[in-house]
Amino acid sequence: MATVLEQTEVVVEPAAPPVLRRPKTTEGFWGWITTVDHKRIGILYGVTAFTFFLFGGVEALLIRLQLARPNGTFLSADLYNQMFTMHGTTMIFLVVMPISAAFFNYFAPIMIGARDVAFPRLNAFSYWTFLFGALLLNSSFILGGAPNGGWFGYAPNTSITFSPGHNIDFWVFGLQILGIASTVGAVNFIVTILNLRAPGMELFRMPVFVWMTLVASFLLLFAMPIITVALFLLMFDRLFGANFFNPAAGGDPVLWQHLFWLFGHPEVYILILPSMGIVSEILPVFSRKPLFGYRVVVFSGIAIGFMGWGVWVHHMFAVGLGPWSVAAFSVSTMFIAVPTGVKIFNWLATCWRGSVKLTVPMLFSLGFIAMFTIGGLSGVTHSISPHDRQQTDTYYIVAHFHYVLFGGALFGIMAGIYYWYPKVFGHMLSEKIGKVHFWLWLLGFNLTFAPFHMLGLQGMPRRIYTYDKGLGLDMWNLVATIGAFVIALSVLVFLYNVAHSRRFRTNPGPDPWDARTLEWTIPSPVPAYNFAEQPEVHELDDFWHRKYGEDAEGRMVKLAPPVTEGSLDLHAEGVHLPSPSYFPMVASLGLPIMAYGMIYRTYAVVVLGALTLIGALYAWGLEPSTAPHDDHDDGHNPSHDAGRPEIAAAEEPAAITVGDTEESAE
Amino acid sequence: MNRLRRLAPAAAALTLFLGACSRENQPQNVLDPEAPIARQLDDLWDPVFGIAVVIFILVQALVLIVAIRFRRRGDDDNPKQIHGNNVLEFGWTITPALILAFVGFFTVLNIGKLDAVPKGPDVLRVEVVGHQWWWEFAYPKQGFVTANEMHIPVGSRIDVRITSADVIHSFWPPKLAGKLDAIPGRVNHLEIKTEGVEPGTYWGQCAEYCGLSHANMRLKVVVHSQAGYGRWEAGQMRSPSLDDLAAESAEASGRDLFRTKGCGGCHAIDGYAAGKIGPNLSHFMSRKTFAGAIFPNNVEELRAWLRNPPRQKPMMPNNGMGMPNLNLAENEISDLIAFLETLR
Repeated sequence: MATVLEQTEVVVEPAAPPVLRRPKTTEGFWGWITTVDHKRIGILYGVTAFTFFLFGGVEALLIRLQLARPNGTFLSADLYNQMFTMHGTTMIFLVVMPISAAFFNYFAPIMIGARDVAFPRLNAFSYWTFLFGALLLNSSFILGGAPNGGWFGYAPNTSITFSPGHNIDFWVFGLQILGIASTVGAVNFIVTILNLRAPGMELFRMPVFVWMTLVASFLLLFAMPIITVALFLLMFDRLFGANFFNPAAGGDPVLWQHLFWLFGHPEVYILILPSMGIVSEILPVFSRKPLFGYRVVVFSGIAIGFMGWGVWVHHMFAVGLGPWSVAAFSVSTMFIAVPTGVKIFNWLATCWRGSVKLTVPMLFSLGFIAMFTIGGLSGVTHSISPHDRQQTDTYYIVAHFHYVLFGGALFGIMAGIYYWYPKVFGHMLSEKIGKVHFWLWLLGFNLTFAPFHMLGLQGMPRRIYTYDKGLGLDMWNLVATIGAFVIALSVLVFLYNVAHSRRFRTNPGPDPWDARTLEWTIPSPVPAYNFAEQPEVHELDDFWHRKYGEDAEGRMVKLAPPVTEGSLDLHAEGVHLPSPSYFPMVASLGLPIMAYGMIYRTYAVVVLGALTLIGALYAWGLEPSTAPHDDHDDGHNPSHDAGRPEIAAAEEPAAITVGDTEESAE
Repeated sequence: MNRLRRLAPAAAALTLFLGACSRENQPQNVLDPEAPIARQLDDLWDPVFGIAVVIFILVQALVLIVAIRFRRRGDDDNPKQIHGNNVLEFGWTITPALILAFVGFFTVLNIGKLDAVPKGPDVLRVEVVGHQWWWEFAYPKQGFVTANEMHIPVGSRIDVRITSADVIHSFWPPKLAGKLDAIPGRVNHLEIKTEGVEPGTYWGQCAEYCGLSHANMRLKVVVHSQAGYGRWEAGQMRSPSLDDLAAESAEASGRDLFRTKGCGGCHAIDGYAAGKIGPNLSHFMSRKTFAGAIFPNNVEELRAWLRNPPRQKPMMPNNGMGMPNLNLAENEISDLIAFLETLR
């Protein structure tokens, strides 16, 4: 570790103007604030998102307490409406998306053999923007009331006429800021994956997780602008008296729904594709078999990415859009089940006749297949649009998307956490406690969400804070509430596992699972420079092929000697890593300042925020991505890098290649 | 032991799912349709649900087999490395596609049938207007307006025209028909057929989140025999005679309070007040419920309501949504109730 810190230590040039004075440390509080290391940013994303998972979980428990009995009085109607709005918004934007971003950040660069993402400071900007957007959104709880228009924010209920408080303003500006974070992150991942692959890492040698990251990033890149436009229109309606969604003035509330779901449905695949990628990594490792039909799995993911754009009207079958559009979107919705089904069968075929080891990551992955399938099947029942007129806006839909997003996305995320934990933190999570976590999680999940199917079909609409005893919904609501607390218990078991494993940690070495991909060739935790020597890739699952071959019958055969140990001892000489910087964080800070100014219609504050943002971006632009390093600095004058416009203007991916490469690039 | 635990949740999920078949005392259960349209929807659902159950069992069984039969026996377990199989993969691409094409065919056929607007002299037209948080039902040909309880005759076709006065709502009487949104600035047509429907009261409620009291925006559809509907309709078409109230009576005092307290600014009573914001009260006593069909229409509930409406039902009167607290004295409340009781 000591060698690493020396290499990333930054020497401040004495003649640099004050605005360019760089942070020196990579340790402690300021080290985290100024970091541009994709791994540390990944950890920041993960920890922040998990914290919000606890927030969103508490909101869910409050919802379930209110609904445990008919005519509940635990929450007021208004507080309940805030809770379901914030539960949905939190779990989608502040939990599943950023936890996926955490995995992307930490592992996508390593899995393609890169030393960082393409734009390290932009990456830090994404994280801080996400954090500040999240804090802004949640600050509404103490500033007069959280958003209460639902995560879907249908017009005209969210207009200033029908929602006069600031609640919806926090939602509008919070989501705008989060959208910036996601869009910027997506650009970064796309450029990284396309441009920074190690020699030999062809597109069709990339791990499926990297592929799914790429597809999800493209979806983000195209989906976020749509919600941004919708939120802009709503902002104009609310703040400046525009009438985009006001029918009395010629506007159209249905326009909001089209815009929202044109974003909202690809968003579902943004949430689920990363988990599909994670599961595609884990199943082969613990089955000792390659992924069955790698290309088909990849193409299915891409197909889902494309088809995800053509199904949004299935959220609107009760709007009255006429038979033609309803018919077209029914059929497209049915057929998006095909690539999804293909994936499920390919995963099962991966394990079939394998050597299946039921580790905790594997349990969560198999749980993913089992539970996600249920969500997929109920999804197909929604696509029979005439009957969807009975299902839509009931708990049947709530059941469906929890089977997709909890049974799918969160199961996959949990599998990923257990799988990659040793790589990130240098010690394993306890398998024993992990199994308790898994079984409680699976039980609690089904106790909570299976009854939702019945409740929906028994006629319980969504988003109601109370229901009448006469509806006969008592029993399943009570069961669901009990289930929610079982889930909460399983999360406590997980937290205990984290604390427990930390106390009794031992380093399991670089490859505790006998895995297949590049991240397992380097030490755990991963050194700042990732790879001491740039890896060269010859096959799909390159690391596996360094360890195993196939005999004449196609059975795996261990190759001797293990190749890993030699490379671990290498010293990373002359690796230039991007230097830490204050400016991404400062630039991000400008955004919530602007937002608060807008929310409270105090436009001087907006100007202050804009100046913060612009000032920080300007300083960022003048600051070279890599501070001049003493060991290669001979002959440079102090202003050398700062004065060069191409370095000042663009983040320099070259900075993360080995030192002599950078010299030759100059 | 693990095997059993693995089985349990899947089995539980299935049992729970099938448990949806118990339909006792569930007035909004969509699996227990009553009217032809709702039954048509259900007929479409049943086979798809059957197919889904088969695939569900198949996949869960495969997961269990993988977890049990192919469990790693020892560290020298070295399975054959299979990278894929084009025939198999083609098979499980094309098979679901064919099943879905089959399902899709019948779905599309039904979409056309369900979207037809009923026409003809025998069609009863009812105009539904969603309000925060109650339903208005207007019978334009008959020329009367009521609230929260829609009355229709058995053996007829009803053209329900749905719109909204404020935000988006969704009109949903599950046992009679699927839901359809009430959108301001648009009129949606929903057909309800009552052929063979058992006369009685059918429950429903707003299905689109419409703000604070969305949960309290319920409705009843009362299906009458032809004769019963005729009597109800005749009653609604009769104008109330408010001038006949005995002077100095509680009823007359209530009538005057109705005017002096400004009730008529929001509520209409034929020939007496013309407010349009709240429910029409011309035949208030003919309704079994009030305030979004959440309270039984009796003296105790009315008294509690008039003491402080926003406490009984969450509303935002300061923002023009729902009834404000009029700070009525107890005797004023009694008089108003006495007056309301004359509106039959």
